[in-house]
Order: sequence, then C-alpha cells, then structure tokens
Amino acid sequence: MATSNGASPSPVGDAKKRYTPGVLKYAQMGYWNPDYVPAPTDILAMFRITPQEGVDAIEAAAAVAGESSTATWTVVWTDRLTACDVYRAKAYQVDAVPGTGPGTTTEQQYFAYIAYDLDLFEPGSIANLTASIIGNVFGFKAIKALRLEDMHIPVAYLKTFQGPATGIIVERERLDKFGRPLLGATTKPKLGLSGRNYGRVVYEALKGGLDFVKDDENINSQPFMHWRDRYLYCMEAVNRASAATGEVKGHYLNVTAGTMEEMYERAEFAHSLGSVIIMIDLVIGYTAIQSMAKWARNHDMILHLHRAGNSTYSRQKNHGMNFRVICKWMRMAGVDHLHAGTVVGKLEGDPNMIRGFYDTLRETETKENLERGLFFDQPWASLNKVMPVASGGIHAGQMHQLLHHLGEDVVLQFGGGTIGHPEGIQAGATANRVALEAMILARNEGRDYLAEGPEILDAAARWCSPLKAALELWKDVSFNYESTDTPDFVATPTAS
Amino acid sequence: MRITQGTFSFLADLTNEQIARQVQYVLAQKWAIGIEYTDDPHPRNTYWEMFGLPLFDVHDAASIVIEIERCRATFPNHYIRVSALDATRGTESVKLSFIVNRPAKEPGFRLVRTEVEGRGIRYSVESYAVNANSEGSRY
Repeated sequence: MATSNGASPSPVGDAKKRYTPGVLKYAQMGYWNPDYVPAPTDILAMFRITPQEGVDAIEAAAAVAGESSTATWTVVWTDRLTACDVYRAKAYQVDAVPGTGPGTTTEQQYFAYIAYDLDLFEPGSIANLTASIIGNVFGFKAIKALRLEDMHIPVAYLKTFQGPATGIIVERERLDKFGRPLLGATTKPKLGLSGRNYGRVVYEALKGGLDFVKDDENINSQPFMHWRDRYLYCMEAVNRASAATGEVKGHYLNVTAGTMEEMYERAEFAHSLGSVIIMIDLVIGYTAIQSMAKWARNHDMILHLHRAGNSTYSRQKNHGMNFRVICKWMRMAGVDHLHAGTVVGKLEGDPNMIRGFYDTLRETETKENLERGLFFDQPWASLNKVMPVASGGIHAGQMHQLLHHLGEDVVLQFGGGTIGHPEGIQAGATANRVALEAMILARNEGRDYLAEGPEILDAAARWCSPLKAALELWKDVSFNYESTDTPDFVATPTAS
Repeated sequence: MRITQGTFSFLADLTNEQIARQVQYVLAQKWAIGIEYTDDPHPRNTYWEMFGLPLFDVHDAASIVIEIERCRATFPNHYIRVSALDATRGTESVKLSFIVNRPAKEPGFRLVRTEVEGRGIRYSVESYAVNANSEGSRY
C-alpha cells in the first residue's frame, strides 16, 4: 500500500525523453516501481525516511534507492551503455510509519522498501554491501533523517560468506557445556590493573564457577599493562582454574590493535598459549572483522565481538541503523559472540526489540515479525549461529528474568555482579553459577520459574551463603528507564 | 575437589526423583538419552564409554532411571553422566549433560607447566587418579 503526501511522478517510459540531458526526479528516472515484485535473489532493505519539508515520500524513497545504487543528480547518457534497468535499485513500497505525523509528537516518517539486484554486490564483502546501502545516501540533502531498519539477505548472497567461525553448537561441544547459559564477567576496573593483578581477577572468577572472563573493549596495550603481559597472566589463570575445576575455561583476549598486522600478531600469541577464544571490537571495521573471522576458523578459535561504538548510530530511532542489521552483518562477517542486550540491565533495550536481535543471531530461519522489528523472512542458509552476550548491570537476583527473556543459548556476563560481591570474586562467581543451575533445574522440572524465581533463588541461598549475600546486596537494583529504540507495531489482543 | 563438569555440578548431587524429572524434560523435547561412564574425567576427554547405545526408543523416565541404576551398580566408583541428544537440523548435538554418579574421593588435577622460550609456558592438565592407577582401578 503506497502512501504519499502529494502526487508522485511515474517513470518516464519513452527512452528519448528519459535520456534528454537535464534533471529528472528520481521517481521519473525509474527508481520507484510500485509494481516491482522482488526476485528471490534480490537484496532487500527497509529504510525509515523523514523527508525534508515539501519532499514527496515516494520521491524521497526513490532518491534513497537511486543514491544507494546507480544514480547521480542528473541524467547521464552512459546509462544507455548498460542494462541499467537491472542495476537500478527499485523502491517498491512506501508506508507511513504508525504513530508519526499529524496528531502525534513525531514528525511524519515513512518506511520505504527497496530491492537491489544481486549483481550490484561483490560476493563475500560486507564492506562492499555497506558502501552501497549506507554509503553516500545518509548524507543526502532531500532527506532530513534516514535509518536503515532491516534487510533481507538472499540465500544466494549468504552462501558467499563464511559465517561464524565456530558457532553456538561447536562452541558448546568444545567447551563441553550444555543445557544452560554460559557465565562470564568483564574484569573490573577495566583500566589500570597490572597484568599480575588482572590475572588474579580472572583466576578467582573462573575458579568460583564462571566459564569465561573478558577483557573490556578498551583494554588493548596500555602503559599500565602491555598486551603480552596480560595474555601470559590470563592464561596462567585460565589453566590454573581449569585444573582446579576439571572444566574447560576461557578468557576473551582482546586482540584489537591499530593495524591488522598487530592484531594477527596478538591472535597468534593467544593461540600459542592455548587460549580457546579471542576478542575484537566492532570499531576495527567490517573488513578487519571478516579477516579475523577467517583467521579464527583456521585456528580453532572462538571469536568474540564487543559492539563498541554501535550506539553512536543504532540508538536513536530516526537516524542511523537498527542494531538488528548489525546482527545480520556480523553473522555474515563471521563472529561467534555478539553483545545484544540484557533487557533488565543498565544498557538500552526494549524486550521485543532484543528478542528480534537474539532470534536473528540464533535461529536457522526468522519469519517476519513486526512486533520484534523483523520486517522480512530471513532463512540463514546453514550459516552457524552466533551466541548473544548479555552484559551490563545484571546480577544473580534477576536469574529467572534473564532466563525468561534471553533463553539458554546466551552468555550472561556479571562483571560488577561477580567482582563486587562482599565475600570476594570467587564467592560472587559461585553465587551466579548456583543461581543459574538452580533456575535451569527448576525450569526443566516444569515449574513456573518466572513467577517462582525469587522463591527458587531463596531456597538455593539457604544452603549457598555466597548466593544469600548476593541476593541481599543487590535485591533492590533495577534499571527502569524508557527505551529509545522501541517497536513501531504492538500486538493487538485478539478476541478469543 | 569436586569436578564441576555438567549442567548441575554446583548443586547437591541429584536424587533419583530429581534425575527422573530432568529425564522427563528431555523426553518431552523428543531428545534421546545417552548414559556414559569414565574414570578419566579430563576436561578434554570427550569420549566417555557408552553404557549401551543411546536409548532412542525408551520413552518413560522410570525405565531410564533403572538403566542409570544399572550403570551405577556396574561402575559404582566411576563418573557417570546423562546426556540429551537432539537430532534437530541445525543442532544435531548435545542439549543437556549432567553427572549422576561420581567417586567418593576426587583427587583432581595437576597443572603441568612446561617452560618454553621467553616467559612462555605450555600448559597441560593431568589427573592424579589417572597417573596413579590403570584404567578400571583409579577410584
């Protein structure tokens, strides 16, 4: 259903007129085609457009299609040397966004659906895909604000990507950990500890019951702790904890550095020390991420991605891109772990939106689901599944809620919630592990664990004093702020 | 020490009633139960001995608990684990795995450090029980 705020021009059919030098509207140039039926091999994108005052919605959508594919601002005769009808992206549907425009507090926005021919993109290159889809177009003057909401990637294109180096299934097999979320923590304070002191935190947390400890995004190689020192002490801690528990343990060694050469050097060192996992930051860029994913596949290494920087473009609703698109690109690029929200913690996250991110990372196929912000069906073509990571302001007392919202295939990272425990880091880790195992046991027994969660935790705390102390200390901590990235569609109750 | 492999090792050892409820959950998901035992619980010993084939066609929890009891009677001082095997496309792996029997005394593991170039160390983990005795008489 096309909606517009004025008469929109249709494509100029006559070739002589179409290619007369001068300026035509993008819709007239063929970038708007309401009758277009996307081919199964097309790449689809859905943008949220806020047009400038007086700019017709359909012309704005056509402009986005044009500027993200073949167009320039004026007619060029060289189009006629190509199969330009194929290469032109086509805006094929424009809908008014619910809850925007006259009578609301938000200016009028539109959802524009655009189809791109597969041959517009280089196989296996996120950099090439994004250079079109989020390249020039976001600075385009006729548009006040633009946000890439979702994409459909056809199987044909997915199959040109490696996908996650390891994936959830193989990660669990390597770690020998099944049937429960994994537990992690980020070393705190994130900056300032010496290598020796840093490794102490890692050892205590792993021995106490966590599966992983993690470098933070900005721990690279600083004056207080150079990277080799950190790696050596962390691996002593990991191996010592493994011997103490009989479990496989890991520490995400952050290999983020200024150049690819330095990243490879750090990754190789981590590999030589027997680490099962390394880590990179989103800010290293799409190409660097794909390179590290290939390296990780070749070195039996799990690849953790910290989404450092994403909120600069994903949080505001009218501009940038939705995080679900990052989830798709990162699954294609080949990471194994991705931070994707906690629902109940300290960082941004509407439950429905986060469910959409988690589904995108973990399912073999996702169906269109507007409440969860999924605008397209998306089969994943056997690309491995990415393990979502929930990190930031979560603690043992929320275990039932975390399990309910996030499910089983997730890494729950309790940083402060482990290291801040009054009886020490080991006790903090034990509290989290006991809370988790007690909740899984209860869930599997068929109990209504969400409603009975506090009772289940209290029962475990009667014999586990570290859990008792944790529940007591953090019982009133919650982060109830309104989300900025909320669904545009809500479920309407159906009469039964 | 207490080896904490498996989904429920931080809890008290499960009773047979608790095990039956977990087995019931596994059967409700249409996963198969496998029973395995070992006296070499090294963290990277993937292949514990199978106590028969996975019980693909047993659909009641009570019979499976009887089978677990039979394994316990045969190997009272071994580690025994129950694993859930999911054949769903996209998974085709273990979905739950928990220890249902362990030796009374667990001597644990020694971390062996082999110092190599510079400050580098090659680590390996050795079981005291495995080093001390041959297979079958370790615990």
